Amino acid sequence: MSDSHPTIDFDKFKPTRSYIAARKRKDWTMRVFIIAAFVIALIPLVSVLWTTISSGVARLNLNFLSYNMSGVVGGNATPSGGYGGIVHAIIGTLLVTLGSMIISIPLGLMCAVYLVEYSHNGGLARAIGLLVDVMSGIPSIVAGLFAYALFNTLVGPGTVNGFVGSVALSLLMIPTVVKTSEEMLKIVPNDLREAAYALGVTKQRTITKIVLRTALPGIVSGVILAIARVIGETAPLLIAAGFISTTNLNLFSGRMTTLPVYVYQEYSQGLATCSATALQATPPCLPQIRMERAWAAALVLIIIVLLLNLIGRLVAKLFAVKTEN
Amino acid sequence: MGQRIDVNHLNVYYGKFLAVEDVNMAIEPNKVTAFIGPSGCGKSTVLRTLDRMHEIIPGAYVKGEVLLEGQNLYAQDIDPVSVRRDIGMVFQRPNPFPTMSIRDNVLAGVRLNNRRLKQSDADDLVEWALRGANLWEEVKDRLGNPGIGLSGGQQQRLCIARAVAVHPQVLLMDEPCSALDPISTLAVEDLINELKKDYTIVIVTHNMQQAARVSDYTAFFNLRAVGEPGHLVEMNDTTTIFSNPVEKDTERYISGRFG
Amino acid sequence: MSSQTTVTQNTTSGKSGDKVFKGLAYGAGIMILVALAAVTLFLLVRAMPLLTGSQKANEDTIVSFTGGQAHNFLQYVGPLVFGTILISALALLLAFPISVGIALFISHYAPRKLSTALSYVVDLLAAIPSVIYGLWGGIVLVPHITGFWKWVAQYLGWIPLFKGPAADPSRTVGTVSVVLAVMILPIITSVARDIFLQAPRLQQEAALAMGATKWEMIKLAVLPFGRSGLISASMLGLGRALGETMAVLMILSPGMSYSVKLLQASQNQSIAANIAAQFPEANDLGVSTLIATGLVLFLITFLVNFIARKITEKARA
Repeated sequence: MSDSHPTIDFDKFKPTRSYIAARKRKDWTMRVFIIAAFVIALIPLVSVLWTTISSGVARLNLNFLSYNMSGVVGGNATPSGGYGGIVHAIIGTLLVTLGSMIISIPLGLMCAVYLVEYSHNGGLARAIGLLVDVMSGIPSIVAGLFAYALFNTLVGPGTVNGFVGSVALSLLMIPTVVKTSEEMLKIVPNDLREAAYALGVTKQRTITKIVLRTALPGIVSGVILAIARVIGETAPLLIAAGFISTTNLNLFSGRMTTLPVYVYQEYSQGLATCSATALQATPPCLPQIRMERAWAAALVLIIIVLLLNLIGRLVAKLFAVKTEN
Repeated sequence: MGQRIDVNHLNVYYGKFLAVEDVNMAIEPNKVTAFIGPSGCGKSTVLRTLDRMHEIIPGAYVKGEVLLEGQNLYAQDIDPVSVRRDIGMVFQRPNPFPTMSIRDNVLAGVRLNNRRLKQSDADDLVEWALRGANLWEEVKDRLGNPGIGLSGGQQQRLCIARAVAVHPQVLLMDEPCSALDPISTLAVEDLINELKKDYTIVIVTHNMQQAARVSDYTAFFNLRAVGEPGHLVEMNDTTTIFSNPVEKDTERYISGRFG
Repeated sequence: MSSQTTVTQNTTSGKSGDKVFKGLAYGAGIMILVALAAVTLFLLVRAMPLLTGSQKANEDTIVSFTGGQAHNFLQYVGPLVFGTILISALALLLAFPISVGIALFISHYAPRKLSTALSYVVDLLAAIPSVIYGLWGGIVLVPHITGFWKWVAQYLGWIPLFKGPAADPSRTVGTVSVVLAVMILPIITSVARDIFLQAPRLQQEAALAMGATKWEMIKLAVLPFGRSGLISASMLGLGRALGETMAVLMILSPGMSYSVKLLQASQNQSIAANIAAQFPEANDLGVSTLIATGLVLFLITFLVNFIARKITEKARA
């Protein structure tokens, strides 16, 4: 047996001293690169958060939160002593988001129920799965264009209001809701369903009272994260809901400002012109006021989004029904 | 040729937890030494400290020394990477690299050490290592096939071929047969018997018959209670341990009264 | 007697409830199909005038959009497609290696406590709205990065990509790509991290036991395992970058050419930002033109997602 062994000169394969050193250098280089990648990435991300917070607090006060932009002229102060505010944008954001929630949560949830409980992985289910994937890749501005085109054709030309915005956002929200709900329903153990059927409970009751009940924390958490995602959408609302400086409480009529659109509008208008006398007045005319308002609104937006994220993750963690592990 | 290992006052810690306490032993060259003992007694942990593999667990460290032919593996200027180059290891479950062919799996370690391998040298080495692992006849016609396509026993022998291809001085085996069927186990045990003329072999096993069959020396590890550190109870040549152990605990374990 | 009727009633109401519920679930599934069909349909209907309407009117619209640079739809959409892909590809090129680096840092280099915290931060960063990145890019990054681009143009100007003079303020493709890279960084990182954490431990130990350095271990046992996942992660990031509107709109000084001069202003524009910029002032036919470009964008992102899907399916099989 050992005669047929090829004889091997193992010294040939021994690493040279310089090669070992080269390997070590390479290891160190990659280590440095990986740590550097982390540090490099940290710089802009920290900078985004820091500038938003530090520039945002300057203008963020009660007056800013309780007035809209009506009667604001250039960089001048309003009779209330402030420089305009975002109450209309906050209301708009709430209404538009609420609208999209009312459309997409029941639709997305029921679709997930269909996929998991009724479809038996048939052709329709696979088609829906594929389309949900396609939908989750729709660029947000295309969703805005769709909502605009839809209402233009069905209701009449130039239809731009909060609800059109809600429809646009729903299109972005539905895929997330379907996917997370589907995943949550799937991890509900089959024993629970079988136990319920064995007791003579109807399928509908089994699903609503047992399956959905078990999956609820995960679904709620997924939905909250989906809301956090669409609440910061700007482009589709720019097209579908428009922009206005006064408070609009009617979702179905008239343009409606939302927070992200407000940030963009303030930013895009640039510096305000102030006459020499206005600069000296008390309170003075502030040329930079639009940027300050943009930062303050951005800060409010970031707080809302991060809070929603925290709540979503907490819900998932605290109320999770222990099924696996 | 195999090299001898001396373990002096070895203590292994996971963070603050002392996992193994004060191990002293001499592992003879070109012999098979088996580590036996109940679960959690630290036998695998000690095995891993012999090539510093325990260091990949965050917070794990040792006090004491492990001497390979007199050279302390834990000396300041010793690189764990070079320790592992000289001491090969075979694991509980076969773990060939899934993206590589049989041939590339065997050469994986050598390629790390030597960037430019001559085709003929590589062919010779692959044949030598696979013959050494008793796998050559079974795979010589399909060296280009993926390594994970083999059976469990073949995969484990492939892993042994991979380990011997870098020509280590010592071969550590952490329960190499626990995931294998009886026939494959026998093949690997035969292989261990052949390999000991070239290597020093240390094997951890749960199976006392296996320890009795393959090893020249046996070390018995135990722990006083759960949460207490493991320790070396006694070490002797295998026949003595199995026929006439010094310690009561060893006898009780060997005769299957606990563990 | 009475108890029996209740039981029967209960069963019937349960049965009809069952049917209604099943109908609702089924309907919701169908609605999703209808919604996506509707998206395509309404966009097509609204873009139709471009094909059927008076060609003279179309030309006038496009000429007025571009200041006479383009005369038909293809001339109009061509540079936009080019700009969109250029900006996104650059962003991906910048973000990919860094994302993989961060993901490896979290999965294999950082101490466990730090890496849990970092994972969390990465997930939160993925949630920051794009308008805020745009605001930051326009106000903070543009003035700070101008000096760097000038330096690049001075020393690397012989490479056509970096041909000077660098614009000041640098509202250029280069700067926009950096901002988009920052935006897609958390997305790619979080997918890559999940893949790296799943890499099998056994093979990693095998590599280390052979005397591999940490990096060699990663090359042997972690990266090959994650290859297809990394590709689909970058496609996900690319998809996001392709459709990104606000950051481009708020930073880039747009142009309509096939230029690759990254450091000069007024060279390129992306489809999405172009729609947002032109929409407010567009007339009826203008809106149709913009919607048609939106369809082209939809098609591109669809293709990217489709490819990503195929790659992951192939890897699974």
